[in-house]
Amino acid sequence: MAAKDLPKDKLFNLYYNMLLTRQFEDRLSKLYRQGKIFGGIFLSTGQEAIPAGTCAHLRDDDVISPIHRDLGAFLIKGMDPKILMAQILGKATGPSKGRDSFLHAGSKKLGIIPPTSILASTIPIAAGVAFTFKLRGKDSVAVSYFGEGGSNRGDFHEGCNFAGIHKVPLVLICENNKYAYSTPVEKEMAICCVSYRAESYGFQGLLVDGNDVLAVYDAMQIAVERARAGGGPTLIECMTYRIRGHSEHDEAKYQPEAEKQEWKKKDPITRFKGFLTEKAGFGESEEEEMLKRISAILDEAAQFALDSPFPPGESALEDVFAPDEGVRSTHLTIESRQKPVVSGETNL
Amino acid sequence: MPEITMLEAIRLAMKEEMERDESVLVLGEDVGIYGGAFRATEGLYDEFGPNRVIDTPISESAIVGAALGMAIMGYRPIAEIQFADFITCGFDQIVNQTATLRYRTGGEMPAPLVVRAPSAAGVHGGLYHSQSPEAWFAHTPGLKVVVPSSAYDAKGLLKAAIRDDDPVIFFEPKFLYRRAKENLPEEDYIVPLGKAKILKEGGDVTIITYGSMVFHCRSAIDKLEAEDLSIELIDLRSIMPLDKSTIYDSVKKTNRVILAYEDHKTLGIGAEIAALLSEELFEYLDTPIIRVAAPDTPIPYSPPLEEFYLPNEQDVIDAVHRVIEY
Ligand SMILES: Cc1ncc(C[n+]2csc(CCOP(=O)(O)OP(=O)(O)O)c2C)c(N)n1
Repeated sequence: MAAKDLPKDKLFNLYYNMLLTRQFEDRLSKLYRQGKIFGGIFLSTGQEAIPAGTCAHLRDDDVISPIHRDLGAFLIKGMDPKILMAQILGKATGPSKGRDSFLHAGSKKLGIIPPTSILASTIPIAAGVAFTFKLRGKDSVAVSYFGEGGSNRGDFHEGCNFAGIHKVPLVLICENNKYAYSTPVEKEMAICCVSYRAESYGFQGLLVDGNDVLAVYDAMQIAVERARAGGGPTLIECMTYRIRGHSEHDEAKYQPEAEKQEWKKKDPITRFKGFLTEKAGFGESEEEEMLKRISAILDEAAQFALDSPFPPGESALEDVFAPDEGVRSTHLTIESRQKPVVSGETNL
Repeated sequence: MPEITMLEAIRLAMKEEMERDESVLVLGEDVGIYGGAFRATEGLYDEFGPNRVIDTPISESAIVGAALGMAIMGYRPIAEIQFADFITCGFDQIVNQTATLRYRTGGEMPAPLVVRAPSAAGVHGGLYHSQSPEAWFAHTPGLKVVVPSSAYDAKGLLKAAIRDDDPVIFFEPKFLYRRAKENLPEEDYIVPLGKAKILKEGGDVTIITYGSMVFHCRSAIDKLEAEDLSIELIDLRSIMPLDKSTIYDSVKKTNRVILAYEDHKTLGIGAEIAALLSEELFEYLDTPIIRVAAPDTPIPYSPPLEEFYLPNEQDVIDAVHRVIEY
């Protein structure tokens, strides 16, 4: 069914997910300014339609591989906002137990491959995940998110080529927000669109307005149906724009103000609200109700995260190997403080 | 010249070398108009233009590979990798292509390029913005590896690296970027590669270190001196080539050795030095050689974890006590 014909509750849900993402990130921005978040944070303001429109098609048995600007995908795939908030604040209650930063969190149960900072490296991994669905004769799909910037690394090529050869059920979502850190897209590649590359790997590339959640939804429908039916990968390039700086510490003076203003007019949330108001009887009271719900969720999440303990220092040594491997770390403080070497004790 | 930071010293080294030698150019992600993620190349684009300060896509393999191609053709490229953690994406170009070129061409094709990368932890960077990968490269024949710990050395070593006819991997401890500062001489100078520096002379124990650990060793020594201990502090500066004679002379004098490095303990630079000392200077050693280093785990993010992970001043003090009481 085309997105515009979806029942009201589904349409409202798309809107809710975009709103939740934006509000969650605004909350993060505040916490960051209060010094509660130690590393960098990378926000998706203006890009919320992409996770909302794509994840709407996913089932519990599907697997996503998000990147640093995909907070919405974590939430929509089912990660508890409390747990995600705790992760971002480096708390023991987060999925990485405080070991890795920001959205570097995964969940086997929810089907979320944890991102790393190494851009595009997760594309071959997602292709491998998709390969197993094919091996097992399942109709699940894997979804790999990445930026147009990351798509210029070799791993993009190798991952796409592998996926194309094996016709695995993989959907590649390129979030083309026009900038890779400070580098504008014209300096990143000589063609306009990453989706043009899909053909050279033997699958289809779709180019959509990434600020139009309905268009994103429709493109994803084509890709997911194809993947589930054994038709192989699809690359969907969502054209969008990074409204904020690369991270919260980046003032992004290199992004022309006029350009920013132009794109602010295409804000995906405002646009979709216009559609909903006109076509689905969405009004201020519906929005207020959503905002109230979201605010309660975020209050609870922030409180949980702030109240959660930091991980104990020694827990840094756990989970390098399986617990029964008996491989001990070699931290001098541990060894020497546990059994101090007394003169003459060692036979040199 | 007023006091400048290590970061400014690095920028100045590149600027002066680019002014001195037209074949020197810079390439990397966001190095142009933006001036680099850490601002190390700020102003270079305005002064030298887009042909000599080249913004690249996110393509570490192409950054190093293209730098090698330019080096073959007579240029002296400085390739910036935004964080040392991402150097893995250019690993083949460094290890298999760059490091071996002189050897496999019978000496005909040198590869005079520098790969600069901000390294090491202490800024809550987590797994992928904290690594100290110098040992991987020191293990690779054909590469020189440098890790400065002061503004003066950073400038002089980077200039030496740019002028060197072999590839140099230049790691810049980001923890020190703004912490390490001093007045630098006005005139041009280099700090030769392969020469360690004795930062403090002493007779009881030799501490051999480099990079951010210099910072922690200095503060440890301040405390140890209050106990009337006399410590010799050696900053390796160059990991490869290793300045064996400075190390050996010191160890012959003190007979006790601590090796302090921020990298994982196992097979880090300290492991190599300990093996060398055991082979060459066994009869001079009065105590076991102690390594103060990080545990063999990925580098965790959350502050209590990172604090636990990182070797610190107290670890150095404990190690010195251990050899003194031995
Ligand atoms: C291999 C690698 N090189 C460089 C970086 C540093 N870096 C982090 S995000 C980024 C820009 C990413 O741009 P893009 O892929 O388009 O995603 P966006 O941030 O725009 O969402 C860069 C250069 C990195 N994380 N990994």
